[in-house]
Amino acid sequence: MGTLTRVNGPLVEVAGLPGLAMFELVGLGPVRLPGEVVEIRGDRATVQAYEYTGGLRAGDPATAYGRPLSAGLGPHLLGGVFDGLLRPLSGADVWLTGARTPSGGREWRFTPLVTAGDPVDLETPLGEVETAGAPSYLVLAPAAGRVGAIRPAGPVGPGEPVGRVGGRDVTLLRRWPVRRPMPYRERLEEVVPLTTGQRVVDLLLPVSRGGTVAVPGGFGTGKTVLLQQIAKWCDADVVVYVGCGERGNEMAEVVAALAELADPRTGGRLADRTVVIANTSNMPMMAREASIYTGVTVAEHFRSMGHDAVVIADSTSRWAEARREFASRSGAMPAEEGYPADLASALAAFYERAGRVTTLGGRTGSVTVIGAVSPPGGDMTEPVTAHTQRFVRCLWTLDRDLAYARHYPAVSWSASFARDAEAIAGWHAREGRPGWGERRARVASLLAEADRLALLAELVGAAALPARERVALLAGRLLREGVLQQSALSPADAFCDAERTIALTDAVLGVIGRCEELAARGVPAGRIEQSDFSPVLRAKDDAPDPETVRARAEGVPGAP
Amino acid sequence: MRPDLEYTDIAALHGPLIVVRRTSGVGWDEFARIRSATGEERHGLVLEVHEDIALVQVLEGTAAMTTGGTRVTFTGGPLRIPVGDGWLGRVCDGRGEPRDGGPPVFGTTTAAVSGSPLNPTRRLPPADPVLTGVSAIDALTTLVRGQKIAIFSSAGLPHLELAAQIGAQANAGGEPFSVVFAAMGLTHADAATVRDALEERSAAGELALLLNLADDPVIERVLTPRLALTIAEHLAFTGGRHVLVVMADMLGYCEALREVSVARGEIPARRAYPGYLYSDLASLYERCGRVRGMPGSVTVVPVLTMPARDMTHPVPDLTGYITEGQIVLSPDVPVRPPVDALSSLSRMMRAGVTPAHLDLAAQCLAALARARQARELAELVGETALGDTDRRHLDFERAFLDHVVAQRADECRTLAETVDRVWRALAVLPRRELTMIAGDVLDARHREAV
Ligand SMILES: Nc1ncnc2c1ncn2[C@@H]1O[C@H](COP(=O)(O)OP(=O)(O)OP(=O)(O)O)[C@@H](O)[C@H]1O
Ligand SMILES: [Mg+2]
Repeated sequence: MGTLTRVNGPLVEVAGLPGLAMFELVGLGPVRLPGEVVEIRGDRATVQAYEYTGGLRAGDPATAYGRPLSAGLGPHLLGGVFDGLLRPLSGADVWLTGARTPSGGREWRFTPLVTAGDPVDLETPLGEVETAGAPSYLVLAPAAGRVGAIRPAGPVGPGEPVGRVGGRDVTLLRRWPVRRPMPYRERLEEVVPLTTGQRVVDLLLPVSRGGTVAVPGGFGTGKTVLLQQIAKWCDADVVVYVGCGERGNEMAEVVAALAELADPRTGGRLADRTVVIANTSNMPMMAREASIYTGVTVAEHFRSMGHDAVVIADSTSRWAEARREFASRSGAMPAEEGYPADLASALAAFYERAGRVTTLGGRTGSVTVIGAVSPPGGDMTEPVTAHTQRFVRCLWTLDRDLAYARHYPAVSWSASFARDAEAIAGWHAREGRPGWGERRARVASLLAEADRLALLAELVGAAALPARERVALLAGRLLREGVLQQSALSPADAFCDAERTIALTDAVLGVIGRCEELAARGVPAGRIEQSDFSPVLRAKDDAPDPETVRARAEGVPGAP
Repeated sequence: MRPDLEYTDIAALHGPLIVVRRTSGVGWDEFARIRSATGEERHGLVLEVHEDIALVQVLEGTAAMTTGGTRVTFTGGPLRIPVGDGWLGRVCDGRGEPRDGGPPVFGTTTAAVSGSPLNPTRRLPPADPVLTGVSAIDALTTLVRGQKIAIFSSAGLPHLELAAQIGAQANAGGEPFSVVFAAMGLTHADAATVRDALEERSAAGELALLLNLADDPVIERVLTPRLALTIAEHLAFTGGRHVLVVMADMLGYCEALREVSVARGEIPARRAYPGYLYSDLASLYERCGRVRGMPGSVTVVPVLTMPARDMTHPVPDLTGYITEGQIVLSPDVPVRPPVDALSSLSRMMRAGVTPAHLDLAAQCLAALARARQARELAELVGETALGDTDRRHLDFERAFLDHVVAQRADECRTLAETVDRVWRALAVLPRRELTMIAGDVLDARHREAV
């Protein structure tokens, strides 16, 4: 047993614990608040506490656990809400304190997939656990060997072994040190899209399974709403939603919404495929730092079962700030804007945990990482935003002007990128949807042209432009209002599948084509602009299927 | 625990900090009482303990303190205050000491001022409105019970009057309601304005007023909002009231925090504010909410002046990142209160209004955005060169400012009156421009002025 010698907020110095390892878990004070060793100097070690250290005194006891901070992984994760250390919040007190009473756990129904005596490889499924959710929950062999014993089909209590492999008991709870990536066999080259149900993303800035996305945007630009929409509607098997240093009300809202919404793919509850990690901004800052790693570890755990998992982290800036805070308290030399010098490498390492892989057991699975970035003052050159952009495949920049004009999602088409867009167009073509790439290119060029002309029109007034250019301006508006805008509050439009995205886009492109023809035939631009476009602009909200969408576009613009 | 143990070995005094040597068993974040050589009592918080040394932040500052003769006692725990209805109708200073000549505030129980984080799974999402009687707010940026929403302003604008008006008029449609108003660093004149506006509410026993004035101890300001929130939480979740907490001016609070941080020699982040400013502000603003299985709600309205109207300044910026929306006052708005509707947003609004109200608000904002574009264009080419639609939008903007935004400081409008005024402003727009409102609603309410 060691003792505390110094307490400075979350930074606690301990003495008298020989043999401590870096990142080892330490219990602080009489209630054993969890903390992690971050520096060792002679017989003193600095521990970063994961909880409020109020009341801790010099001379209080310290206990070493002999293992690093690790997450308890099991079937209880699906549908649950946890803190940054993956301790359940559902049964915890109304007002949180550092100490948690561990819950007893529950019984699960287990079905074996092997028989005693079988030889198994690393990560061969030993059995399946019945969960409320759609994703099958597999118990994987922790090592190659012979199955010594396997439990027959039936209930398993908490902590009870379900079998033995190579002389070791296997239980439903698996511990994994969160800062260490889980191994896999190899990364896959093939690009397969993740459908998010958000048109601006799927049409212009698509993301692949196993891809990485950063979503930078000033406050109120719509990061959280966009990320929550994706958490609800993307076609992944498992979604890990990490509220990292953000609002409690938002967590309450997303949890309530997930519990109510039906999963369109399975009919079950969306909550049952979701793991929520809620480390809100008023919860301890250092657990916030860990929550990002905890989240990606959970996703890797499901990937090893052959699932497509998505980690959504809102916001990675709060994680970076927690690291800065820790570095500054421990007296590290600050680099850019006070952030520690390893900011870029830590970001890179985090995003590298994404990927679509062949698992050790030979299954195909993926971890996609989507991280919000909250640049101070909306300054996109600040270190976290600038470095993150270097390490991601997709950037969805949220634009303050679009948000102020209530154009949601406020994804900027000019300041964003999607490096897998071409490969994804190829995938669509192979799936029987040719022309995806051309459609995207046409929309992108119309938007760019409209932006260019809007600048010009600001100088000379739109009325001074020739008819063809005024129609190009109109085209930009029709695409923005008829295709790109998508209200999260619209019952019919919160989610948009690929077929409806195509129908809406083609309908608007058709209208634009007809306007262009009219202008070419000499119809004055003013008359074209005065047409009633509302049927096609409202189609996204009140035309539920592709046929209705197409019908809406007919006869627009009306005969002049 | 050891309330009477006195420590007298003071190693150093610098800034608001005092270093006490040869202590034992002092806990981090403990509350301390400090008696100076002249017998004056001050108060402090433990910022760090290192073996037998305790670093204490003195709330009233260290002016005139000496190393000899100063005695420090530690209370054995973090600062607690009495809580209960006793605060209602009272005016106290930033540390909760009476400022109204009355006796000290007593309560049946006490609570730690730092609070504890509310378990996110026990939160109920905000719902139902707090009506302010101010049209610009109730029409477009509705306050929702359990929400936090900031008022962003700049020097010379009537944000305190607006905050006081909200404090005086706000209600929860007949359900029990009270207001806790925390003033930080206000001038005597400003404080008097606030007191006057809130007089009736105070007399009705619906207000607790904490006043830390511009010439009061700066560091005490770090405590004032925490006291206010602790009082509010009890009034709400034990007392079953809907409580509105107004905190003005947060810039003063953050400056006090910066002073402590600089005195401690911490590595500064933007504009020398501490790197933990985000988390510190969150520890205040996040104390709003509704709790499953408990009555009442806490709604938090921080008010802040943006230095040089700069919204990227760390205080408004981080506040914007934490709160659920903002009400922006701008000198460019020619009426009073100068609410800039396009820059303002209540993110929780949909939980507090009807779907029809939401459509109406969305339509107003879209039209105001179009009007702004038209105005920018008109500045270049002249209003006469604008098309008919653009000109009608400019008319709408004027009508909106005159009928909806402009309002006297003592005028309380019902929601129905506010909505009527919005429709009156919309009358100047042709129906084809109102694409965000359902046809049957337009049939019933839209009377196009020709
Ligand atoms: N797709 C959308 N549909 C409708 N409204 C939206 C949409 N996206 C954003 N909004 C509006 O914008 C507001 C702010 O969005 P959001 O909370 O996602 O911002 P944010 O970028 O996460 O801000 P912060 O950094 O402060 O957390 C929402 O409350 C909502 O009113
Ligand atoms: Mg957000």
